[in-house]
Amino acid sequence: MAHQSSEHGHAAAGHVTPIRLLVTIFVILVALTILTVVANDWPLGHYDLWVALVIALVKATLVALFFMHMYWDKGFNVFAFLSSFVFATLFIGFTLMDTRHYQDSIREFPKSGRPDVVFPGAPTQQK
Amino acid sequence: MTATELAESVHDEQAHHTHGEFIAHHFDTAEQQYDSGKLGIWLFLVTEILFFSGLFCAYTLYRSHHPEIFVQASTFLDKRLGGINTIVLLFSSLTMALAVRSAQLVERKKVIVYLVLTMVCAAVFLGIKAVEYSHKWDEGIFVRAYFNLHEHVGHGISKYLILFSIPFLVLLVGSVIAAFTYRSLGKQHLFVFFISLAIMFGGYFLGAAGGKVYMNWKTARDAKLVAANDDHSARPVDDHSSADIPSEKHEATTANGEHKLPDSGIAGVAKETSDVALGPAHLDQDIGIFFSIYYCMTGLHAFHVIGGMIALSWLLYRSILGHWRADYYGPVDYVGLYWHLVDLIWIFLFPLLYLIN
Repeated sequence: MAHQSSEHGHAAAGHVTPIRLLVTIFVILVALTILTVVANDWPLGHYDLWVALVIALVKATLVALFFMHMYWDKGFNVFAFLSSFVFATLFIGFTLMDTRHYQDSIREFPKSGRPDVVFPGAPTQQK
Repeated sequence: MTATELAESVHDEQAHHTHGEFIAHHFDTAEQQYDSGKLGIWLFLVTEILFFSGLFCAYTLYRSHHPEIFVQASTFLDKRLGGINTIVLLFSSLTMALAVRSAQLVERKKVIVYLVLTMVCAAVFLGIKAVEYSHKWDEGIFVRAYFNLHEHVGHGISKYLILFSIPFLVLLVGSVIAAFTYRSLGKQHLFVFFISLAIMFGGYFLGAAGGKVYMNWKTARDAKLVAANDDHSARPVDDHSSADIPSEKHEATTANGEHKLPDSGIAGVAKETSDVALGPAHLDQDIGIFFSIYYCMTGLHAFHVIGGMIALSWLLYRSILGHWRADYYGPVDYVGLYWHLVDLIWIFLFPLLYLIN
């Protein structure tokens, strides 16, 4: 007890990250940013989106682990934070599956600016 | 337990409630207060991610069903400006992490310097963003309902950029006036605070000027490329090539084609000239939907940057007053976590919006 209540002499409540580590992480993040811009011009075909996303994911992981101290944080905080990504994935995934089912019927509708179908109340056009 | 031990523990109990001017009375220890705040901010970040996930959902749906719109729209986004903004935000994340570290070690001056650096980066980011937005609005690239792509004919500084800059200019001048007023009143800490705010608002003009210089360079380079193309080949667009395009293309066709829309007067002519400038690749009017998503995502993100600047200003004020202790630096840490999340979201926005092939 006694050592905890001394004025402000005792150790900080959280982990103190070394400057070296923080600067190293920053340099890696900048390198990955440049890589993702350069990789955009490579002929990766269909995989370009996935390459960009994987690089973004690596960058996000580095920021979360070291800048946000998640590496040293309490398990429950990490769990709470990561669970949000699970729910976001469910949200987007299920919406995507749902819209795939009626996408064909949407395509039958005319595009804007070319009203083949006349909606009630719409201004009439001379052909 | 001996009498002295008992006396000591009673003394400790009292010490807990008297020491640490910022330890709220409902917490037993500084550590408990810190951990509670930390859980709170993590839960807030969870709600933030779910908040943004709605927009990411809109993006994913539209991209998966209409990838061709994204390919067309991406030609209007400058990946160099986006990349520079990414690095600016990453650097601000680094200085924020350093500010947290300095607060933990009770290095008052370093906390102030790192916080000001973070705030300047935030303002530079907004300055570059303002150049990007105003450049698009000059060309009529708005959200879908107001989408009206045309060649920008005006010269000099965009009126939209001036509109963006006015609030920052007012805040900059106000901060300088406040700073020197407080100095004449002998309030040194408020002088430091307002002069730091002035530096932050100055960062906006740094970003805007840098972005503008880059944009001018790019416009000049593109003009040279177009001139070089004109020398080598005949003009790529004539009446036939645009009339052959299926009519789902925008109204430029109808302006010189068979059926005239009632509103295709001046607007139609403007679009026709833009066709010449843009070459034979005809654009789908629905790229406006991409830009609706783009403005929502980057706009919401920019509001978070502004919110972060306000929170950082509050931290700065308390840092100048020297509030942080080894067992009380929670607010710096919490705002830091929020700031890193803003960075985290941009890390995903950048490749999704700017890097499309």
